[in-house]
Amino acid sequence: MTIADWISEPVNWVFSAIGLAVLFSGFRVVTSKNVVHAALYLVGALAGIAALFLVLSAEFVAWSLVLVYIGAVIVLFLFGIMITRAPTGLDVGLDSEHKAVPAVLAVLVFALMSWASIDAFGSASITSTGTPTSTELIGESLLGRFVIPFEVVSFVLLGALIGGITLARRDLTPLEEEERASV
Amino acid sequence: MILSQFLVLAAALFAFGVYGLLVRRNLVLILLSVELMLAAVNVNLVAFESYLVTSQAIGQVFAIFVITVAAAEVGIGLAIVLMIFRNRRSANVDDLSLMRW
Repeated sequence: MTIADWISEPVNWVFSAIGLAVLFSGFRVVTSKNVVHAALYLVGALAGIAALFLVLSAEFVAWSLVLVYIGAVIVLFLFGIMITRAPTGLDVGLDSEHKAVPAVLAVLVFALMSWASIDAFGSASITSTGTPTSTELIGESLLGRFVIPFEVVSFVLLGALIGGITLARRDLTPLEEEERASV
Repeated sequence: MILSQFLVLAAALFAFGVYGLLVRRNLVLILLSVELMLAAVNVNLVAFESYLVTSQAIGQVFAIFVITVAAAEVGIGLAIVLMIFRNRRSANVDDLSLMRW
């Protein structure tokens, strides 16, 4: 596939627009000097990724991403930021001073991964059928072939729930325990 | 659409995540970078599913598993950060040098 062919497909324009937005948001997540802004840029990046999933006709995954990440995880992050009183204004101590080595490492990771992908798949094309993957199919797969991992993941969530409560609960001081016992 | 365009985009997002993980010093921001890396993995999974078109939508099912585990990870991670903050009055990784000799 030549570049002219690639540009002539309208879906690639959509991909480019969303991809640039995702990349910009992703870049701001790791460089923003404001903690709340970083979390909100993650919302932008994830919304863009959900849009890419729609382009790839993966509707169910796209909406669960929106629901779980943008609906729940980001709220948790904002809570975390506010409870730990992370500096919400412009702050100098947010990043390490040594940025050169991580930057070089990140560029190397990107170069290696994209080289490997392009080398392995070249211009293998995705032929979008336009019909979204049916939720019925995913449900049958989840409760059929993948039923054991599905149950394991539900235990992971239960463990995380109990663990989160146990970790975040404030232990009573001995005095408070006495008071509670006397009531 | 070619497969590589999604893979390269995911690689770029993953690289941003790596950079953030190494540069950030606030624990909450480190968790944000980890989320970015997990999202990049999801892009790969869904793109491969669209490329291979498996009969059971395996790529998308795995993406859902990744989302679930990431949600659990954030819950526990933030609880631990909260615990550290409560004990040390700081969420900065440079202050957590107790186990470093």
